Amino acid sequence: MTMPRAEALTEPVELDLDELAVGAGPYKLAWRRLRRNRVALAFGGLFFLILLLCLLAPVYSNDIAHIGPDATPYTFKIGNKVEYVISITGIPIGPTWHLGPYFLGADGNNRDVAVRLLYGGRNSLEIGAVATLLTMILATICGLLAGYFRGFTDGIISRTLDVIWAYPAILLGITLSTVLNIHGLGPLHSTTLLSTAFVVGFVYIPYVAKPIRAQVLTLREREFVDAARQQGLSHVRIMMSEILPNLASTIIVFIPLILANAILTEAALTFLGAGVQAPNPSWGTMISDGINAIPAAFHNVLIPGIMLVLAVLSINVFGDGLRDALDPRSKIRVGKEQQ
Amino acid sequence: MARFLARRVLVMVALLFVISLVTFLLFIVALPNGNPAAQIAGRLATPSEVHLISLRYGFDKPIWVQYVKTMGNIFDGTAYSYQSGFNVDQEILAGLPATASLAVGAGFIWLMTSILVGTLAAIRAGRYTDRVLTVLSMIGVSMPPFFFGAILIYYAGYKAGIIPLGGYVPWSQGLGQWIWHLLAPWLTLSILFIGIYSRVLRSTILDVINEDFVRTARAKGLSERQVLTRHILRCSLIPVISLFGLDFAQVIGGGAILTESVYNLHGVGYLAYQAIGRLDTVTLLSIVMLTALAVVVMGAITEIIYAFLDPRVRLQ
Repeated sequence: MTMPRAEALTEPVELDLDELAVGAGPYKLAWRRLRRNRVALAFGGLFFLILLLCLLAPVYSNDIAHIGPDATPYTFKIGNKVEYVISITGIPIGPTWHLGPYFLGADGNNRDVAVRLLYGGRNSLEIGAVATLLTMILATICGLLAGYFRGFTDGIISRTLDVIWAYPAILLGITLSTVLNIHGLGPLHSTTLLSTAFVVGFVYIPYVAKPIRAQVLTLREREFVDAARQQGLSHVRIMMSEILPNLASTIIVFIPLILANAILTEAALTFLGAGVQAPNPSWGTMISDGINAIPAAFHNVLIPGIMLVLAVLSINVFGDGLRDALDPRSKIRVGKEQQ
Repeated sequence: MARFLARRVLVMVALLFVISLVTFLLFIVALPNGNPAAQIAGRLATPSEVHLISLRYGFDKPIWVQYVKTMGNIFDGTAYSYQSGFNVDQEILAGLPATASLAVGAGFIWLMTSILVGTLAAIRAGRYTDRVLTVLSMIGVSMPPFFFGAILIYYAGYKAGIIPLGGYVPWSQGLGQWIWHLLAPWLTLSILFIGIYSRVLRSTILDVINEDFVRTARAKGLSERQVLTRHILRCSLIPVISLFGLDFAQVIGGGAILTESVYNLHGVGYLAYQAIGRLDTVTLLSIVMLTALAVVVMGAITEIIYAFLDPRVRLQ
């Protein structure tokens, strides 16, 4: 994997005068390529819209719906008409499509689906973001150390990663969450979102660390690293200022892939009861609550599910475009994640 | 070839050992007081009763002795779950038909469909068909199995009555019933893999299409169809086959936890899910061993298929 500029010259694409402009750096070229990919940009925009909506959850809750995420009233008003949140026969009200309380209906516990959807999205995206950050930082450190020092260090790090890799991701996730939920480890315990984020982030380390290690192995043989070594730079300095900048495009390409998978894994763990614990809302908890009450009120599954798929899809399509723009020949993808 | 295979198997066995050890230690840490005696004794047990149970089961022995004993029991079929009291190997054997049915049917569907979709997307690269297929596979990758399963169960099962609402019917009770009950789980499990595999295949084909041997095949005067099936596809299938080996093995070893639990298929994955919930070390260890065994066996089969597909592998 070389820098995008070199790719632009070897790829048999039609030459674009803009791309050959003097002084355009690799990232500028990548940005030009991304800008031409309308589909990727549209989905990127969709993701930011979802993100914005979720961040505005308190505004929606206070000023539009006038109901909190945990409020459980028995009745509410549409205009002047008083309606039951859950009917006498025990069926939660469906979407009212009327801006105000219960715009998207109620769940089995009298709570407002729309408000919880936004608050839950905040939690899901937050877990995804923290998990991705954790994965990227730890994986980069592991990959750098293993690839740079090789030998014994590489052996230890690579074999440890192999163990995590060989363990089915979901199984490892549930096992770790169960242990953390029972005992806790410092700030990681059942009542925080942090423990789910930690578990999700931990599971994906090998997926990123292995390709980074492979890339460091080739980078460390390059002339500019030899030159740095001859100047007497320390190992840390060589890794940080010579090798790390060359890993940037790989790292950037991985971020959306890991983010999408982290959000999906959070939902999967929560569906299995090992992720976010009640009463915290997340898209995963909402779907799994809804599945437990399927025939009565299917909007409880459909609405958070569609939101989850839209968010993950938009990250995936945008990430695909980003990869094509930054590294057209790269084979980076995240495979086996959940079944 | 044989030496290569032997080395692969050896590495897998070593991994298997470490994984079992990690699982064991994780659960020892998770259990109250580090031993399952308190759980077996129940809520109202006195400390002396707990102590007695701990003596009888050997929980007072060093951890490594307990580990060796547990693993020995799993391999000679005398391991009993401390929580449920059932023989673990028999429980796994009881779940295996459902899981194997799920894996074989879904594996066939996802492999065939992704070869079709991937090839179609590659030969139409950049055109309308390719774009539509790309978006569809992206949706497949972004769709959580439990959500897709819930949609199928609600609309096709509850509303339309085309499929049953879950559960597993063995083949012995009629082939039709078997297929009818497994149709939705097969589809649900396949959709994710079709998304991944078809994209892998598409990019491999696009790489291979520019190779010298493809040009030679065309120069010999072979038809496009022959070039595609006998030269391009044969070589491009290798990464897909290696993915398939691992994924199929994981499904057999209970990896399809989400699909099995949303459709209420009482297979190995469902058993694993229950075992984790009740901190059932023995059951979970056995399932992890099964997964690892499946991965080793599928790995060996994959290597043989490689040699069949790519003459260069055979010559080495």
